[in-house]
Amino acid sequence: MSLDKAAVRAIAELARIEVRDEELDHLAGELSGILHFVEQLAEVNTDGVPPMSSVADLTLPMRADVVTDGGQFAAVLANAPDGVIEDQGGFFTVPKVVE
Amino acid sequence: MIIQGDTGDWEIVIGLEVHAQVISNAKLFSGAATAFGAEPNDQVSFVDAGFPGMLPVINEKCVEQAVRTGLGLKAQINLTSVFARKNYFYADLPQGYQISQYDMPIVGEGTLLIDLPDGSTRAIGIERLHLEQDAGKSIHDMHPSKSYIDLNRSGVALMEIVSKPDMRSPEEAGAYLTKLRTILRYLGTCDGNMQEGSMRCDANVSVRPVGSTELRTRCEIKNVNSIRFVQQAIEYEARRHIDVYENGGEIKQETRLFDSVKGETRSMRSKEHAHDYRYFPDPDLLPLVVSQDLVDSIKATLPELPDEKKARFMAEYGLNAYDAGVMVAEKEAAEFFEGVAKGRDGKTAANWVMGDFFATMNSDAKYTWTNPPVSAENLGRMIDLIKDGTISTRLAKDVFIFMVESGKDPATIVEEKGLKQVTDTGAIEKAIDEVFAANPDKVAEVKAGKDKLMGWFVGQVMKATQGKANPGMLNELIAKKFKE
Amino acid sequence: MSELTKLTIAQARDKMAKGEFTAVELTEAHIQAMAAKRNLGAYIVETPDLAREQAKASDLRRQAGQAGALEGIPLGIKDLFCTKNVQTTAASRILEGFKPQYESTVSGKLLDAGSVMLGKLNLDEFAMGSSNMTSYYGKVTNPWKSKADPAKKLVPGGSSGGSAAAVAARIAMGATGTDTGGSIRQPAAFCGITGIKPTYGRCSRWGVVAFASSLDQAGPMARDVRDCAIMLGAMAGHDPKDSTSAPMAVPNFEAALTGDIRGLKVGIPKEYRPDGLSDEIQKVWEQGIEWLKAAGATPVEITLPHTKYALPTYYIVAPAEASSNLARYDGVRFGLRVEGSSLDDMYKKTRAAGFGSEVRRRIMIGTYVLSAGYYDAYYSKAQKVRRLIADDFKKAFETVDVILTPTAPSAAFGMDENTDDPVTMWLNDVFTIPTSLAGLPGLSLPAGLDAAGLPLGLQLIGRPFDEETVFKVAGVMESAAGFTATPEGV
Repeated sequence: MSLDKAAVRAIAELARIEVRDEELDHLAGELSGILHFVEQLAEVNTDGVPPMSSVADLTLPMRADVVTDGGQFAAVLANAPDGVIEDQGGFFTVPKVVE
Repeated sequence: MIIQGDTGDWEIVIGLEVHAQVISNAKLFSGAATAFGAEPNDQVSFVDAGFPGMLPVINEKCVEQAVRTGLGLKAQINLTSVFARKNYFYADLPQGYQISQYDMPIVGEGTLLIDLPDGSTRAIGIERLHLEQDAGKSIHDMHPSKSYIDLNRSGVALMEIVSKPDMRSPEEAGAYLTKLRTILRYLGTCDGNMQEGSMRCDANVSVRPVGSTELRTRCEIKNVNSIRFVQQAIEYEARRHIDVYENGGEIKQETRLFDSVKGETRSMRSKEHAHDYRYFPDPDLLPLVVSQDLVDSIKATLPELPDEKKARFMAEYGLNAYDAGVMVAEKEAAEFFEGVAKGRDGKTAANWVMGDFFATMNSDAKYTWTNPPVSAENLGRMIDLIKDGTISTRLAKDVFIFMVESGKDPATIVEEKGLKQVTDTGAIEKAIDEVFAANPDKVAEVKAGKDKLMGWFVGQVMKATQGKANPGMLNELIAKKFKE
Repeated sequence: MSELTKLTIAQARDKMAKGEFTAVELTEAHIQAMAAKRNLGAYIVETPDLAREQAKASDLRRQAGQAGALEGIPLGIKDLFCTKNVQTTAASRILEGFKPQYESTVSGKLLDAGSVMLGKLNLDEFAMGSSNMTSYYGKVTNPWKSKADPAKKLVPGGSSGGSAAAVAARIAMGATGTDTGGSIRQPAAFCGITGIKPTYGRCSRWGVVAFASSLDQAGPMARDVRDCAIMLGAMAGHDPKDSTSAPMAVPNFEAALTGDIRGLKVGIPKEYRPDGLSDEIQKVWEQGIEWLKAAGATPVEITLPHTKYALPTYYIVAPAEASSNLARYDGVRFGLRVEGSSLDDMYKKTRAAGFGSEVRRRIMIGTYVLSAGYYDAYYSKAQKVRRLIADDFKKAFETVDVILTPTAPSAAFGMDENTDDPVTMWLNDVFTIPTSLAGLPGLSLPAGLDAAGLPLGLQLIGRPFDEETVFKVAGVMESAAGFTATPEGV
């Protein structure tokens, strides 16, 4: 599969990474090269092989329904890039969203 | 419901996706609390805020609640299910993905019986139920150029319950939501509070010409926060579709928002570009396996559910379908009713519960099921007093009011207030004689054939006995007197 | 250079136990050495004050008779482990200034064992790379130099390049690494040290910045096999905060170093001799087989038929998981934010500025292979092939106890080499990736020098959770190899 500029732009959009127009050609070439490389898997017969999403031969461990965390808004907000605690009452902020 | 358009008749096809917040102490994948109303970002673990290196560990209670709900919906329980990541960017989705279930949900197909106003029922298919995390909350009105993010809800367990597109009218959709909420509350798996957002509904709406079996393009109306609004939104949306089709247009598949002030739906700007959620199994979580033993033990603790209860109320207490439906709509109401009706005449009990009792209950917000205006015991005892002739039904109305005011048991009230019914023939006859003596002209009119005045005499005598005369005896004795 | 920095962990442990020197002295020697070798770029952040404090506390603990397994041992921590109140960046601009309010399980266990943290070690950005050239905080230089071209700067390998360089240059007694496709083993080989990626699930991933969750595994990097065994003993163990952590007891890995491998069967996979594999690598591999034979083990030729598909499988699975794992770097709650006109604009600008080109490339590939219409052809297909690769190993381990292979197809290369084409760069991990996909333990140890005087590594692969056999065999090979070469200036 070779990707064209439009496809690269769509992927970048989905991944929320700004890509300048002049980068598109180069990226399209690079990503197409990678896809070409991984497409050799097509030659492997995988009929009846179940996909392997984890090597851990376990089932999901569960925890008890007990409150053990939280109550730490200062720690949660400590790294916020928009300096939130003093002036904005304990919220993270983003540019205004219009629904 | 059939909508008549300019080109012909249309029917509405409705499927509902309900997000029901699971009742649990802690979140689905973190140990932070779920309680409503905390300070912003104070019920947040680093897991819920998507910090680097944080990992999810599942809360067993949430799994049990999902199984319990599945059993309540008579649905297939999948002993092995898989959590997948639904990838999308949004301000209140800290991880950049929502942990949900995709092709292997914990609960498969089931059924829900909706109760229609005429007392009939209709089966609506349940497509699936899966567990997923809630997102945080964006607040758009606190700053001119910024939205604020509170992650307290982030990571709270939700059950997404998806119906089949089986509903055909806003009324059926309303009945579905009402019934689903009832079942969730019976099961104790969700409090069903739509105002606080612990039960939210997305409606998928399309229309088609009557007689057609095609499924046309649907629109999804997001997060409508009351049953009434869901119904309004569906009706508006269906008429919009019909308008578009009848004017030669096409419906675009999209997500829409209901504006409850204008009563309209509109396209959601934040959902404008097409989504590609790139679901894949969450590599931080292994397959969720529940044992048949666990399912069986949950099954053994299921309460009697509304449909069974309704059938039993009809059989055991002789209620009609409508009354039985009303009575089981809330678990606490059903329990109250049974407290009153047990060992007594069911219809009398139902009349009192649905009449004076519900009216008083709804008259003041201070009354709740843990603080009812009168206890089921006292209401039951009052019915006993009616039955044994101590008080008349008429007097009982007063006794009821005194019970509400004082909380005392009815026998004490009857005693203290002297409300005991007069069944002494002599006393009643004496009162009749007095009234007759005072109103000879009216006596003459009755005797001349003006039967209508009989009622006036009954009223007068009742008044003279402060309402305590046994109404049956009074009627009988007055009639006898006139014949004399 | 202080004699103290020349000691192994085991030697320092024993000497401190005898009171020959204190943790404060040992730590100070390393702080000086670390400062003297800043030109290597091994550390992103040095924490000398914290180290001195921890060393003091360590000496007090020892006096109180409460010495832990790594009491007073100065270590470097790969900057992928979140460390409480100490900047943690994953070598990315997007996390510049990020100070976690929590400590990763593994680094916390090392502190609990009494160790001292010297600082945070450089790596490839988000652990994506095999050269340590992709760090936002500068390249790491391999302390080894080619005799043929001493002026040429060599890469330390990656992604744990800072860890490997620091241990080789004696500016940390040991270091944590993480390995997703070879990120402990390949840099260990390039820098002439020992490192083990344990079985997936052996060490908790909690608090480790995620790259590819189904592959990431922490492990120790140190000067020799014994030091790795000591460190892994402290790092490993079940963690209820990581659902993929194995609920298994941690054996005494050091006790496994018995030196007795008689009767063990050692698998030699025939697929690990690709065309163009250098004679020198071949030779050191043959030499390794001879050492094991001499010690009483039996080499057995085995086949791992899906080996050639490991690399393409990995380059679907790892980027796919990474594309999702790295979605949380969005400028909202921590790290870099580049303001934008809208939420999406802020996301795009932040992520474009915050991620380097290799990371962006992998996110985009990962995004693509998961996207509608391509999932089955790429991601699902890769997961199926992954199972075939894991099954190859399972089958091989029915007949052998351990597998011996080269660690990397070459010795350390120059900083200006292999950089044009991402796929060529990825070929560095051709021998380490299959093990990662199968979740098996893999250890690299230095086995000799090539003609240019650069170290070459051999890899030992074990059964799941059988690190003990891997350590035992590695100990024997280490004795036989007698590898004593050090980089210049050590």
